[in-house]
Amino acid sequence: MSKGVGVNLQDVWIRFGEFVAVREANVDIEGGAFFSFLGPSGCGKTTILRSVSGFLEPSQGKVLIGGNDMAGIGPNKRPTALIFQNLALFPLMKVWENIAFSLEVQGVGTAARRKRADELLEMIALTGQGDKLPSELSGGQKQRVAIARALCAEPDVLLLDEPLSALDLKLRQHMRTELREIQQRVGITFIYITHDQGEALTMSDHVAVMKAGVIDQIADGQTIYDDPSTAFVASFVGENNVFRGKVKSIDGDSALISTNRSGDLISRIPAGAKGKLAVGDDAMMFIRPEALNIAGTKTPANNHITALVLNEEFEGQTFNVFLEGDGGKEMKMSLVNQGKARQSAKGSSLTLEYAADQAVALPAGELASE
Amino acid sequence: MNIASIFKGFINRNGWGLGSYLLIAVGFWLIILIILPQLSMLDFSFRHHLPPPEMGGPKDTYTFEHYKFLALGAQGADQSYNVVDLGVFVRTLVAAFFVTILDLLLCYPLAYYLGQASGSGYTRILVLFLIIPYWVNEILRAFAFRIIFGDSGVINEMMMTMGLIDNPIDFIRDNIALYSGLGYAYILLMIFPMYNVIESLDRNQIEAARDMGAPWWRIHWRIVIPYAKPGISSGCTMVFMLSAGALAAPQILGGPSSLWFTQIIYQWFNQGGNWPRGAAYAIVLLTVCIVIVLSAMRLFKVKMGDIGK
Repeated sequence: MSKGVGVNLQDVWIRFGEFVAVREANVDIEGGAFFSFLGPSGCGKTTILRSVSGFLEPSQGKVLIGGNDMAGIGPNKRPTALIFQNLALFPLMKVWENIAFSLEVQGVGTAARRKRADELLEMIALTGQGDKLPSELSGGQKQRVAIARALCAEPDVLLLDEPLSALDLKLRQHMRTELREIQQRVGITFIYITHDQGEALTMSDHVAVMKAGVIDQIADGQTIYDDPSTAFVASFVGENNVFRGKVKSIDGDSALISTNRSGDLISRIPAGAKGKLAVGDDAMMFIRPEALNIAGTKTPANNHITALVLNEEFEGQTFNVFLEGDGGKEMKMSLVNQGKARQSAKGSSLTLEYAADQAVALPAGELASE
Repeated sequence: MNIASIFKGFINRNGWGLGSYLLIAVGFWLIILIILPQLSMLDFSFRHHLPPPEMGGPKDTYTFEHYKFLALGAQGADQSYNVVDLGVFVRTLVAAFFVTILDLLLCYPLAYYLGQASGSGYTRILVLFLIIPYWVNEILRAFAFRIIFGDSGVINEMMMTMGLIDNPIDFIRDNIALYSGLGYAYILLMIFPMYNVIESLDRNQIEAARDMGAPWWRIHWRIVIPYAKPGISSGCTMVFMLSAGALAAPQILGGPSSLWFTQIIYQWFNQGGNWPRGAAYAIVLLTVCIVIVLSAMRLFKVKMGDIGK
């Protein structure tokens, strides 16, 4: 894989009047990487993308592409290609004209343009569809045409603004794999914007999780999932059960949290939160549904939680148990379906246990509202 | 599907009350107000100009006399063609064509701006500024233009004060006042169809084209203008038809030597009292205008349905 062109954001602030859309963004994206910005709608991720594509100048800070400062360089002069959320295919142009539009702009002759378009059509498995209008294609096909159109300009950096959000679930999952394959084949840098954590985790080398204009954490998918650095990241990425409380004691990487609901519970302090917790601080402890299990004994321990079963749900692969949780919220436990007959525990009290390193303690903070 | 079942379907969809109202209203409008009067004009145009007592008498037969007169002139005239009337006819069409182009050039940037900068209260104020002058009636507006463009009008005065010219320019004689007046009169009919279409153009398409390196003129040429074509053709058709058929503006703003074809028609109807000849002239104007519009639509590959947009 050829080494692509990197993108760096250095202390980027973007303001709209009084409103700060992006606050102090420092991001280094390696050349040839698949990098995602993940966050709820309105968190400023699209704004960041627009500042990289050149439709927006940062109010402060620098955007570097391949080490060059992009200040004052318009979108038509940057080595980036943008794929829009609604794709923005030109409805009145044929599919091949859409794909070869960037060549038309460069003044390439019709025959050469057609040839290049046909090559790209072959790449996206739409050979022979070049003379159709975009409206005659299906959603997934349009999606691929938009990708081909962006790649035709041979950009150094491809920017994707939630391009899969309009597709249905099956197609979306298929396109994830396809996008990742295309990225690895062409070897250029992809910057991907999404609010869908599944997309971000499956496709990306690195993910930046954003909240209200602030980047909370930049890491690879597994680190984001296993070692979140803020309460927001822990609650936004994947499902998580939260326990509020105070830090009772700290011993190296592990902390004892005296929770409001379940007494003292042991947990691990992830790398991103080290040094940010002190004894007596307000803390939040997170345990994933799949990290919870039914305890072997009922003996009280600092990794046991006792709660009332409110509801049960069979999902095929997993069996979900909803228990009375912290602050009126339900606590969820997911047990892998092992094909054994199960007994309902609805209405009775269950003791759960977890491995100490599967619970993470973080400074109390804002949770993702979902 | 036969007519009876179409009719039944229509009534079923809209109910008896609304259905029959729609049928009667549209039928009345179409047949009584449009088709019948035009047919009677067509009938008129093929009849002799006779004094009332002889109408319906043996002399009242069909004839091509008036069409021949427009083409060839009075019998025994010096020229073999009716140079005067045909000259005015062609000049009217050419002038209407230029008024249309002028309006198109003036209005496209404005319509684009209004359509794409939409949403702000600023746009609404601008549209209001465009509409309010139309509260002033046509005659008053035409006379106001006469004053503005007069020898001692604002424009001449200003240019003389600035030292651009020594003597006032005769805008009226040069027909500049007329073209401006006509152009101004139909600006809204040009702007609004274009504005409506351009407003619905997805902004992302413009940005996508820009992102792919297109300069502004190519964005307009390849993205905006093709998209706005229905609006452009709708606006051009209206402005052309109405300019060619205008009467008040040429009457008031036209130079002494220039005559609009509609004025000749008017003269035959009113001063000449020769309705058949007036009708024949009017029919020729209408037919030629329709042919021009249809050929232009053919040339620019515009579908009839697009005009309604």
